[in-house]
Amino acid sequence: MKVLVPVKRVIDYNVKARVKSDQSGVDLANVKMSMNPFCEIAVEEAVRLKEKGVAEEIIAVSVGPIQAQETIRTALAMGADRGILIQTDADPEPLEVAKLLKAVAEAEAPGLILMGKQAIDGDNNAVGQMLSALLGWPQATFASKVEVGGAVVRVTREVDGGLQTLELDLPAVVTADLRLNEPRYASLPNIMKAKKKTIDIKTVDDYGGVGAGHLKVLKVTEPAKRVAGVKVENAAELVAKLKTEAGVI
Amino acid sequence: MAVLVVADHDNTSLKDNTHKTVTAALALSGDVDVLVAGQGVAAVAAEAAKIEGVRKVLTAESDALGKQIAEALAACIAPLMASYDAVLAPATSVGKNFAPRIAALLDVAPISEIQEVVDANTFVRPIYAGNALETVQSSDAKKVITVRATAFKAAGEGGSAPIEAVNPGPGAPHTRFISDEIVKSDRPELAGAKIVVSGGRAMGSAEEFHKVIEPLADKLGAAVGASRAAVDAGYAPNDYQVGQTGKVVAPQLYVAVGISGAIQHLAGMKDSKVIVAINKDADAPIFQVADYGLVADYKTAVPELMAALDAAAG
Repeated sequence: MKVLVPVKRVIDYNVKARVKSDQSGVDLANVKMSMNPFCEIAVEEAVRLKEKGVAEEIIAVSVGPIQAQETIRTALAMGADRGILIQTDADPEPLEVAKLLKAVAEAEAPGLILMGKQAIDGDNNAVGQMLSALLGWPQATFASKVEVGGAVVRVTREVDGGLQTLELDLPAVVTADLRLNEPRYASLPNIMKAKKKTIDIKTVDDYGGVGAGHLKVLKVTEPAKRVAGVKVENAAELVAKLKTEAGVI
Repeated sequence: MAVLVVADHDNTSLKDNTHKTVTAALALSGDVDVLVAGQGVAAVAAEAAKIEGVRKVLTAESDALGKQIAEALAACIAPLMASYDAVLAPATSVGKNFAPRIAALLDVAPISEIQEVVDANTFVRPIYAGNALETVQSSDAKKVITVRATAFKAAGEGGSAPIEAVNPGPGAPHTRFISDEIVKSDRPELAGAKIVVSGGRAMGSAEEFHKVIEPLADKLGAAVGASRAAVDAGYAPNDYQVGQTGKVVAPQLYVAVGISGAIQHLAGMKDSKVIVAINKDADAPIFQVADYGLVADYKTAVPELMAALDAAAG
């Protein structure tokens, strides 16, 4: 079975996003970029499926600028077999990304698409669900456990208040939550090996093109800052203030 | 224009998120209907009919809807959109799961987790874990929106909308429900609680978390939360996690015990009305957002706080 893993290049999760002073967006100049952490978890899960003999080939695909090759290279160093970069300097909306990925899925015919539940830049949490709907495949989002057996995949999902387990017919789309696994660090020999693996550089037109955007970003602003309050001396003073000043207990 | 709100419920009772989403919907249109999709939902529909400002309640019932399977919900709701200009669902694990599917089926861009309605086409939503706010304008004729419920006031009660059954759709032929493990608790639900008491890594063990945080929460009638560090260390279960990767809460009172205040945690609680921080490190970042800070070891501070609460109550 082939496993397709879409990956996204985003601002590194340890870097605090700073809003540009003209409110046009978040400043990405000279900022450390990395693979989206949820995508990393998806890659790790795919590699584990390969190590178990369930997956035969792992294809990492990214939609983004030429630098997204580095993100794909990271996936290759972790154990993916080959990469596809759909190169674009525009920042396509989730719906357009889902349509491009659908075209990739139709060309590659994977048995499973494993991807992150959301990217930590736009926080849309939408591409996996949309891809699944466009393909007409079943979906399991927010996965914390994935077991492939024969023609089905059993997925435990993190839902509000607990866990839900579903069984999906393959092919299917599964999106990874934080606790699915802990991604490995690529070893030096694997990083060297990854340099020899193939990344096909394609254009959006190779996969049906990108339509006009549906959403216009009018502005990006900083949220209102909370100001630090007062320090209290002891628990009694705290209770008094909560009662009389704040009125919350 | 008419707007459809998808109710948040567990087939037994209606959740407050629905009332809050109705408030967001009423900012778009005066014609707001509520869909209760599930199994055996007559009582839930009756509750929804009482929400003030609701024009009509629709019910759709099937096994797959009863388990809130995304494919079934999307297949049920997409055809209904012929009569609506927008569909709004609370950004819960269920809403986030099915809403983008509807958007894909309608070929429109989903708008995730809005926290403000500027006008019928323009919305404010958090990006980068709430470190930035994006104002987006949609050019789609039909909109698919999830709503950060904590950002909206709950609509009142007192309505008496008619209830009408609609086609539940084809279900989810390629998806089978296996099991649920829902944690039962007498405490209020974290996402909607008026008071939240959260513990951090300083607790050091699951026993300590249980011994310190839970009694304080019970004394205050609060829900229990935890930082990601405490959850990752195994001191508290996953669904207690407050933060960027966990739940976003905005209670009247948030009490952070032994939590340093990592950006990822602050993203999940900084919209609380009043924040109390108890931490022995005076330089912990949590104090930069706390209204009331108590620099003390929780081991002494929490018992003293419990005693002070007793004294104040007595």
